[in-house]
Amino acid sequence: MSKKKFIVGCFDDEAVLFPAVKKVRTAGYKIHDVYTPFAVHGLDAAIGERETSLHTAGFIYGITGTTTALSCISWIFTRDWPLNIGGKPHFALPAWIPIIFELTVLFSAVGMVLTFCYLCQIAPFVKKHHFHPRATDDLFVMVIECTSKTNAEDLKGFLAANGAVEVNEQVAESGWWWGRYDKDEMPFENRTAAAY
Amino acid sequence: MDHRLWTMDYKQDQMHLKYESQLREPLVDGDKTYHQVTEDIVRPIEAKPGRLWYIGFFIAVGLLLFGVYSVYREVTYGIGQWNLNKTVGWGWDITNFVWWVGIGHAGTLISAILLLFRQGWRTGVNRAAEAMTIFAVMCAGQFPIWHMGRVWMAFFVLPYPNTRGPLWVNFNSPLLWDVFAISTYFTVSLLFWYSGLIPDLATVRDRAFTKLRKRLYGIASFGWTGSTKHWQRHESLSLVLAGLSTPLVLSVHTIVSFDFATSVIPGWHTTIFPPYFVAGAIFSGFAMVQSLLVIMRKVFAMEDYITMGHIEAMNKVIVLTGSIVGIAYLTELFMGWYSQNKYEGYTFWYSRAYLFSPYGWSYWGMMTCNVLSPQIFWFRKMRRNLFVTFFMSVIVNIGMWFERFVIIVTSLYRDYLPSSWTVYYHPSIWEIGFYMGTFGLFFTCFFLFAKYMPVIAIAEIKYVLKTSGEGFKNKMGAIEAEQPEEFVHHHAH
Repeated sequence: MSKKKFIVGCFDDEAVLFPAVKKVRTAGYKIHDVYTPFAVHGLDAAIGERETSLHTAGFIYGITGTTTALSCISWIFTRDWPLNIGGKPHFALPAWIPIIFELTVLFSAVGMVLTFCYLCQIAPFVKKHHFHPRATDDLFVMVIECTSKTNAEDLKGFLAANGAVEVNEQVAESGWWWGRYDKDEMPFENRTAAAY
Repeated sequence: MDHRLWTMDYKQDQMHLKYESQLREPLVDGDKTYHQVTEDIVRPIEAKPGRLWYIGFFIAVGLLLFGVYSVYREVTYGIGQWNLNKTVGWGWDITNFVWWVGIGHAGTLISAILLLFRQGWRTGVNRAAEAMTIFAVMCAGQFPIWHMGRVWMAFFVLPYPNTRGPLWVNFNSPLLWDVFAISTYFTVSLLFWYSGLIPDLATVRDRAFTKLRKRLYGIASFGWTGSTKHWQRHESLSLVLAGLSTPLVLSVHTIVSFDFATSVIPGWHTTIFPPYFVAGAIFSGFAMVQSLLVIMRKVFAMEDYITMGHIEAMNKVIVLTGSIVGIAYLTELFMGWYSQNKYEGYTFWYSRAYLFSPYGWSYWGMMTCNVLSPQIFWFRKMRRNLFVTFFMSVIVNIGMWFERFVIIVTSLYRDYLPSSWTVYYHPSIWEIGFYMGTFGLFFTCFFLFAKYMPVIAIAEIKYVLKTSGEGFKNKMGAIEAEQPEEFVHHHAH
C-alpha cells in the first residue's frame, strides 16, 4: 500500500494495444497493469503474467469435498449410527455417490470463488483507484509505473507515438481500501513520502 | 473463452486476423462499437422503468402475496388445506417442484455446456437465462420445504450432530440426495451468475450519474478494475465453473428422477428416468427462456443482441429435446406392454394412455404439447417466427407441467389397494395459490433483475463483437473473396 506515480496510456483498439505493449516492454518500461473492458486473450502473456493456478486450487478444493463427504458418511453409517436398511450393507458406496459428487462440486466452486476474490483482492465495500472510468467501457488502459529513472515526458511521447489516444500522469494508491464509490477519497494521504 | 477461431499472438507485430466465415450468422446485428454495446445494454438500467414494467411488477407482487397467504393457511391449519389424500400424497406440490427445477436447467446448460461446446450464441442469452435459473430454483425449493407441514422442523434434513441420539439423516435416500443436489445447484449457479456479473456491474458503476447508484453499484461490483491478471483468473474461474456445472446440471435432474425411479410404484420404477428427466428439463427450461427473451428483447429494444439467430438456435434445442422426451414416452409405453407386468401395463395403458380413464386427458395433453406440437420447429420459417416461438414456448411449459402431473398423479391415484381408489384428486384453492405465488416470486425477482442489472453479459458481447458482429463481419467479404495465395500474401507474417 503506497502511492506511486504512473503514466497512463489509453488505447481504443486492442489491435493497436498489442504492438504497443510489446514496444513498451522492449524499451524496458515496467507495465503496472493493463485495464480492459473484457478479457483480451493473450494480453496476460503479452505483459508477462504467468498462467494462473486457480484451477489447481479448484481441484484441491474438489478432492477435499470428495474426502469430506466420503469420510463423514462412512463414519456415520458404519461407526456412529449403523442403520439397518432392509439388511443391506452399512457401507453402501453406490448410494452415496450422488452426495459425494455434489459435495465435490460444492467445495470446488465455493473454494474457487473465494480464492478468486482473495487473489484479486475484491470484495463488497472494497475500493480501488481507477485510472480511467472508460476502462470498463471501451478503453484499454495501459498503466506504467514510474521509477526514479523514468523520464515521464519521454514516456508520454512514446505512448502517443504508439497509438495511445489519451496519455496522462497520475499519482495513485496502488492497493485497495475500504471505501465508497460516491466519495472521492485519497486514502493513506500521510504515507505519500518515499516512492518518488 | 469461446471463439478461438483466431488467436492473438503477442510475438507478432500485428494481431492475427480475427476471422469468422460470413456464412455464420452474426451474433450482434448492426455496426456496433464497444461503447455502443455498453450504451445499448445499460440503457434500461439507467432509464426510468416504463408503465409496462410497473404493471408487470405489481401483478407479480400481487401473485406473490396470494402465495404467501396460501402458505400461511397451510402452515397455520396444516397440510389438510391441500387436497392430498390417502393415495395421492404428492400432488400439485411435487409436480410444481419438479416443474420449476426443470425450468431451472436451461440457464446453467446455456452458460456451462454451451461454453464448453464453444457455442458463441450463448453470449447473448446466458445472463438472463442464468438469472432465470436461480429464480426458478428458488421457487422449486419452496415446495418440498412447505410440503413438510411442520416447516419449523425443516432443519432436520441437514446432517448435523445433535442431541437426538445422535439421529442422522438417511444418506441412502434419494430425498436426501435431492437436498444436497438442489442446494449445491443453487449455490453454484448463484456463484457462476454473480462472478460473471461483477465486471458488468463495474461498467454500470463507472457510468453511474447519481451518488446512490455509484455507491450501490460500487458495493455490488466488489471494486472490480478490469486488470489483465484479474481477467485471466476470471476466465479460468468461468471455465472451471462451467466444467463443474456441466455434470452438476445433469446430476440434479437425474437425482430428482431418482425420487421416483428408486421407488416400487408402477410407472415410476424405470431406469429410463434420468436421461428422460434431463432432456425434459432442458426442454422446459429453453421454453421458459424463449418466453422471457421474446418479450424482453422487444421491451428493452435488444433485438440486435438477441437476434433471430439466437431464437432459432434455441428452437432447435427445443425440437431436439422435445423429440427425445417423445421417444422416452413411447419407450415407457412399449415397456409397459413388453414387460408383461400387469401393474405397469395397467398404469401405462389404462391410467395414462386410455383417453377416457380419469386422468387420460392429462396424458394426451402432455403428448400434444410436448411431442406433437414442437415438431413445427422442423420448419425454418417457424423457428424464426416470433409469435410461433412465444406461443410454442408457453405450450411446451404447459405440456411439461402435465408430464410431471401425469407421472405423479396417475401412478398414485390407484394404488395396490382398490378400496382406496375412490377419491378423485383435484387441487384446493390454496394449492393453486401456492403455485401462483411461486409465479409471483419468480417474476418479482425477474422484474427487479431486469431493472437493476445488465440483462446481457456486456463483457462477453464485446468479446465476440469483432469476430461475430455484423459490422465487422461485413468487412470479411473482401477476405473471403481472396484466392488462397493472395490470402497468405496479405495476412501471413
